[in-house]
Amino acid sequence: MTIAPICPIPIMQHETVQMAHGAGGRLSQALMQRVFMPHLHNAFLDLLDDQAKLDLPSGRTAFTTDTYVVSPIFFPGGNIGELAVNGTVNDLAVGGAKPLYLSAGFVLEEGFSLVELETIVKSMAEAARRAGVMIVTGDTKVVGKGQCDRVFINTSGIGVIREGVNLSCRNLKAGDSIILSGTVGDHGMAIMTSREGLSFQSRITSDCAALNGMIGAILDEVPFAIHAMRDPTRGGVAATLNELANSSSIGIEIHETTIPVKPDVRGACELLGIDPLHVANEGKLVVAVAAGDAEKVLKVMRSFDLGRDAVIIGSVVDDHPGMVVMRTVYGSRRIIDLPLGEQLPRIC
Amino acid sequence: MLMPMKHIDEYRDPALARKLLDEIHRKASRHWTIMEICGGQTHSIIRNGIDQLLPDTIELVHGPGCPVCVTPLESIERALAIAAWEEVIFTSFGDMLRVPGNSGDLFMVRSAGGDVRIVFSPLDALQIARDNPSKEVVFFAVGFETTAPANAMAVWQAAREGINNFSVLVSQVMVPPAMRAILSSPDNRVQGFLAAGHVCAVMGYEEYEPIAREFQVPIVPTGFEPVELLAGILKTVELLEEGKAEVVNCYGRVVSRAGNPVAQETIQKVFKVTDRQWRGIGLIPGSGLGLRKEFARFDAEKKFNVTNISAEESPLCMSGSVLQGILKPDGCPAFAKECTPQHPLGATMVSSEGACAAYYKYHLDTP
Amino acid sequence: MCLAIPGKLIELTTENGLKMGIIDVNGSKTRACLEYVPDIKIGQYTIVHAGFALKIIDEEEAAESLKLWQELIESGAFQPDEEFPSQESL
Repeated sequence: MTIAPICPIPIMQHETVQMAHGAGGRLSQALMQRVFMPHLHNAFLDLLDDQAKLDLPSGRTAFTTDTYVVSPIFFPGGNIGELAVNGTVNDLAVGGAKPLYLSAGFVLEEGFSLVELETIVKSMAEAARRAGVMIVTGDTKVVGKGQCDRVFINTSGIGVIREGVNLSCRNLKAGDSIILSGTVGDHGMAIMTSREGLSFQSRITSDCAALNGMIGAILDEVPFAIHAMRDPTRGGVAATLNELANSSSIGIEIHETTIPVKPDVRGACELLGIDPLHVANEGKLVVAVAAGDAEKVLKVMRSFDLGRDAVIIGSVVDDHPGMVVMRTVYGSRRIIDLPLGEQLPRIC
Repeated sequence: MLMPMKHIDEYRDPALARKLLDEIHRKASRHWTIMEICGGQTHSIIRNGIDQLLPDTIELVHGPGCPVCVTPLESIERALAIAAWEEVIFTSFGDMLRVPGNSGDLFMVRSAGGDVRIVFSPLDALQIARDNPSKEVVFFAVGFETTAPANAMAVWQAAREGINNFSVLVSQVMVPPAMRAILSSPDNRVQGFLAAGHVCAVMGYEEYEPIAREFQVPIVPTGFEPVELLAGILKTVELLEEGKAEVVNCYGRVVSRAGNPVAQETIQKVFKVTDRQWRGIGLIPGSGLGLRKEFARFDAEKKFNVTNISAEESPLCMSGSVLQGILKPDGCPAFAKECTPQHPLGATMVSSEGACAAYYKYHLDTP
Repeated sequence: MCLAIPGKLIELTTENGLKMGIIDVNGSKTRACLEYVPDIKIGQYTIVHAGFALKIIDEEEAAESLKLWQELIESGAFQPDEEFPSQESL
C-alpha cells in the first residue's frame, strides 16, 4: 500500500495523538483505521455513516447518557473504557431495559499515547461483547495539551424495556426488602490506591462489571415484584438509598451487621477515615423487592458470580420518610446521610 | 468474610459493649455530666449511638476536641491569603479545606486556580517542597498534641536538610489548658472527663493529675472504639460515685503515665508554649504551640507577612458554647437551618469531627 | 482527637535519614515514620497518625484490659435474680 501524503508528516510515525487526528482529514482516518476499527467493527460501524440506522424491537425505549472522566484512566481492575461501557449498560438495565446499542464519543488530549488509547478501545470492545451490546456510532475530537486529562469518554445507550415491568425510584413500598448484591467500596478504594502513592497501598481491585445479565435473570424470575433497582456509583450505597428514600418519600432502615465489606476495603476505609457506604462502586446492585419475593431474588443473584455475596440489608419503612437509618451492632440507630461531596480523608 | 482487624474489632464487640452498658446502668446512682475532649471520640460516640444507649442519668457533653473546629478564623483567613499566591503550593490535612473563613474556603481558592493539595502527613508536604524547588510549599500545621510530633519532625527535617522553600502555618493547641479553662468557667457543669487517648499516648497523663486534684474531677484516658469508650465512661462513673478525683488510665495498651519521651523532646526542640485563640472560646493563655525563634524562617505567618489579618465571626454561630459543652448542637437556633454542612456558619459544622456536624449527620431527630 | 490507626509493622526502611516503615492494616498498607518508636520490631503493632507511628501497642496491656472486661461477663457481675429478690421470696 502506498501513501501519497498531502501532509508531509509520515502518518505511521505518530505514537501519540496529534491535533490533526481530530481534524477530519487523512490523519483522522488513519486514527480510525489503526486504533478504532480493528476492535470496534460491526455491521453498523463498518458503514462509516454519520449515523447508525437501527430497527428497534417494539416496546418502550430507554435512553441514557454518561460521561466518564475517571482519573487515573487505568486502575486496578479496569480502565476508563470498560467503565464507560459497563456504566451505561447498567443505567439501562436498572430501568428494566435490555441494553442494545451504545454510542461512544471521545475527547482526546494532544500527546495522549496511541498505545494506551488502543488498549482502552480494545477493553470497550470486550466489555461490549460480554454485555451483549453493540457500539454502533461514535465520534472523536482532539483538544490541545492541557485542555483535557488524556481522555474523556461519553457513552449513550438505548435499550428496550420489558413489557409490563415498571421500575422506578418512586415505587418503593413499606415492607419491601432492600437487597445488596455484594461488597461495598471496592471501586472507590481501588481508585484511591492508584492515586495516593506510598501514603496508601493496597491490592483492592475495582468491581467494574455489567449487571444486565444478572438483572435479566432477576426479572425473568419475578418481573413484577421488583419495585426499583439502582447501581450505586458515586456517593456509594448511602447516596443510592437516600435517592430511593427521597423519591418515594418513604423511610429505609438497614442493619450494620449485614453490610458486606471486603477485609482490605475495611482496612483501607479505617486508614483513610472513610465510611464504606459512601465509597463508589461500579458493579453492584441495590434491589427493592416486595418482601415475599426477596428469597427468590437472592437465590437468582447468588447463582451469579457478581451476586454471590448478595444479602438483604434492610427494609422499607413508613417511619422517617425520606431518611435512611441504620441500626448499629449495638442496637442504637443513626442516620445514613448523603456524603457531602469530595471525600476528605479525615485526620482527626 | 469478616477477618477481624486486630486492636480494633475486639473493641467493637457488641456483647462486651452491652455488658459495660449494663454495669454503667447499675452503678450510676445519680446524674453525672461527663465531657470528652476529643473530636475522634465525639464522632465515635455519636456515630455508634453511645449517647443513645447510656442511661438518662449520664449526660455526655462534647468538648473542644476538634482542632479544625478551634482553629481561629484569623488562621483560616491567613491560610486563604497565602494559598492564593501564585508561587505557593498550599498543603493541608483534608479536613481544613472546607472550613469557611470570611472570604471563602480553601476549596474555593483551588477552584480559582490556587495550588491547594491534601496530604496525609507533613512529611508529604516536605517531599513536595523537595520536588518543587522553584515553589514555596506551605503546610497548615493544625492539631492537638497528637499531631505536634509529626509537625515538629517536618520542621526539624527541613532545617536539617536546608529545605528553605518549606514553611508551616501553625495552629497547634493543647488539651490541659482547655480543660482548666472549662473547669474555671462559672457556667461549668462538667464533673468528669474522658481524656483523649492519643493525646495521652504522646504526652502521658501525668499533667492531668494536678488538674484532677485542683478541680476535684476524675479524668480517665480513654480510647475510641465503643467498648473502650464505654469502659472509660464506666470508670469515670465509678470514680464519681466513689468521690475519687483521680486520673485512672483506661487505654493502657497505648497510654502510659510518662507518654512518649522522644516525641515530647522533639516537640520541645521545635515549639514553645504560647497563648492561643480558640475559635468560639477566645484566648486561653499557654494553650498553644509556636515555633521557636531558631526555626522562625519556617514560620509561614512571618514569611508571607500575614500576621495582621483579622476576621469576624458570624453573629449567629454559637460554636463557642457548643465547644465548651454549654450548648448541645441541636440547641443552637441556627442548627440545621441557617447552618448546615452545605453552608456552615462555624467550624463545628464543617469538620467531620465537629459536634454540630456529627449531630447533623447522625442524629435522627435532626429536621 | 485523632484518627490513629492500629496496624502491624511489616517492613523497615530509611528515607532522607529518617527511620521509616510499612504498616499493614488488614491488607492495606501505609508508610509511616518510625522515629518516635525507635525500638519497634517487625511484627509489632503500632498506632499511626499523620504518617507517624506514635506508640508501640502493648500486647500485654491489651490482653489484660480485654480479660478484665470479659470477666465482667463471665463473673455475672450483674445478675438480676440475685440483686433483686423476687416477690415469692419476700
